[in-house]
Amino acid sequence: MVLVYAESPRGQFKKAAFEAVTFGKKLADQLGQSCAAVVLGNVQGDPGELGRYGASRVLQVANEQLNTLDSQAYAQVLAEVARQVGATVVILSHTSTGKTVAGRVAVRLNAGLVSGVSSVASVESNGALVVRKSVFSGKATAEYAIVSPVKVLSLMGNAIRPEAIGQPVAAEVLPVAVPALRVRVREVRTVEGRVPLPEAEIVVSAGRGMKDPSNWGIVEELADVLGATTACSRPVADSHWRPHHEHVGQTGIAIRPNLYIAIGISGAIQHLAGVNNSKVIVVINKDPEAPFFKAADYGVVGDLFEVVPRLTQAIRKFKAAQ
Amino acid sequence: MKFLVCISQTPDTTARVAFTPDGKAYDGTGVTFIMNPYDEWYALVRACELREALGGTVVALNVGPAANETTIRKALAIGADEAVRIDAEPTSSAFTARQIAEYARAENFDIIFLGKETIDYNGAEVGAMVAEYLELPYIAFASKLDLEGTTAVVERDIEGGVEAVEVALPFVVSAAKGMAEQRIPNMRGIMMARTKPLKVVPAVPADEPVQVVKFTLPPPKAGVKLVNPEDMDELVRLLHEEAKVL
Repeated sequence: MVLVYAESPRGQFKKAAFEAVTFGKKLADQLGQSCAAVVLGNVQGDPGELGRYGASRVLQVANEQLNTLDSQAYAQVLAEVARQVGATVVILSHTSTGKTVAGRVAVRLNAGLVSGVSSVASVESNGALVVRKSVFSGKATAEYAIVSPVKVLSLMGNAIRPEAIGQPVAAEVLPVAVPALRVRVREVRTVEGRVPLPEAEIVVSAGRGMKDPSNWGIVEELADVLGATTACSRPVADSHWRPHHEHVGQTGIAIRPNLYIAIGISGAIQHLAGVNNSKVIVVINKDPEAPFFKAADYGVVGDLFEVVPRLTQAIRKFKAAQ
Repeated sequence: MKFLVCISQTPDTTARVAFTPDGKAYDGTGVTFIMNPYDEWYALVRACELREALGGTVVALNVGPAANETTIRKALAIGADEAVRIDAEPTSSAFTARQIAEYARAENFDIIFLGKETIDYNGAEVGAMVAEYLELPYIAFASKLDLEGTTAVVERDIEGGVEAVEVALPFVVSAAKGMAEQRIPNMRGIMMARTKPLKVVPAVPADEPVQVVKFTLPPPKAGVKLVNPEDMDELVRLLHEEAKVL
């Protein structure tokens, strides 16, 4: 059995959960096994809907204590569910939740862990599972063989698309004991509106070339027509032109959207470390010598204050014609 | 208070990435190695700040060969009181976590700090493993940490925001940007670091359930395709028809 932890932060499934279930189903097919999804805590809507993405069983531990992420309790419950269903592979998402829990689950199950997996390379005849992941901040790829009987991996966001490859199923409630929590949530502050950066398929990012925070309107407009999330470079976040959570790069967050549009960002190596796993990179900069052009797929050398509104206009026209 | 800060040594951010001919290992020939930035800038500095405010001891721990002692001395120069080196190549997250846990088990640290991940293998795995071995709470990607008596209030980065949690000591935490500001060691710190204790501890045997098959470098980019800044319709066409991302 391939067991997928379908995470539901604050009671809601995100794209990461659907990606993980689809990934789990495809791996299960390769192994000649079936795929079960497990849900922790209370969720909005019917968890059985996860069947659409490929889970043949959906298990729910509906204890409301699990609405709080306490990594110890999560790991204990996930490991117990894995034992009950006889899981050979446990899959989590490589998110803030997954990163907190995956290592613990691996220790509990005496299992090898590879985090941030982008694909399965092979299933070996000796039972080893070979997976690929990006290392050195996107500058290289590693293949690792997980050789333990039980294997744990966390799936990088946007590594695959969720696919409707199954049917909804009736969720089964699993009675699993939940230990006393040792972590208490005081407050959650999230930004409403745009898709969070790690989940975004299109990201529009801007840097010091914007000259002043009051100029961000053209970036927001471009993001709006694309349904994109906005990001920024480190100097911009450090001078409080934009909020800290928008900072992508080595010390900020690493993202891998399908399309990354960099506006007025020179492309320092620390910035590239956070974005060079993007599928397609567009760079708009007036300086033809900007190092970012070397990492770009498409480049526009020009004044961003003219180019960006023109691009917004072109996309609007394109969307209207679709 | 007793704080443990786990420090890794990584290639410098700007170092070229190359592998041995068999593709099995990183080729560090001629590369400058540094303390992993998250460990140094955030984890270590915050531990030192708390020690300065509350008293106690900061122990810096590295799993690595003797060559890592330059990096370990830097941690002492920044402000750690003493250091421990577990004498082994840190071959995997599982191995490293097991070594840290074995050492920390008997020492009763109030907080065990790590950086959120290393900048080479980008695993973000060790902290959770250490916490599980020691049966301690674990807060990952913390951008703020304050103590209120024996309770810590920790803010952790989550997708699109921040979650503030309370956790009683002892616990394990991984540090992200925001937890502290980078400190440059001063001359006095560098001098003092020379005489601070650095204990070398043998490693314990550990399973290696994950093995490297190979490392590969990505094929070189085809090169940037420049688009006329007057013709953004052309860029949209390329993104739609060629790159297929619109």
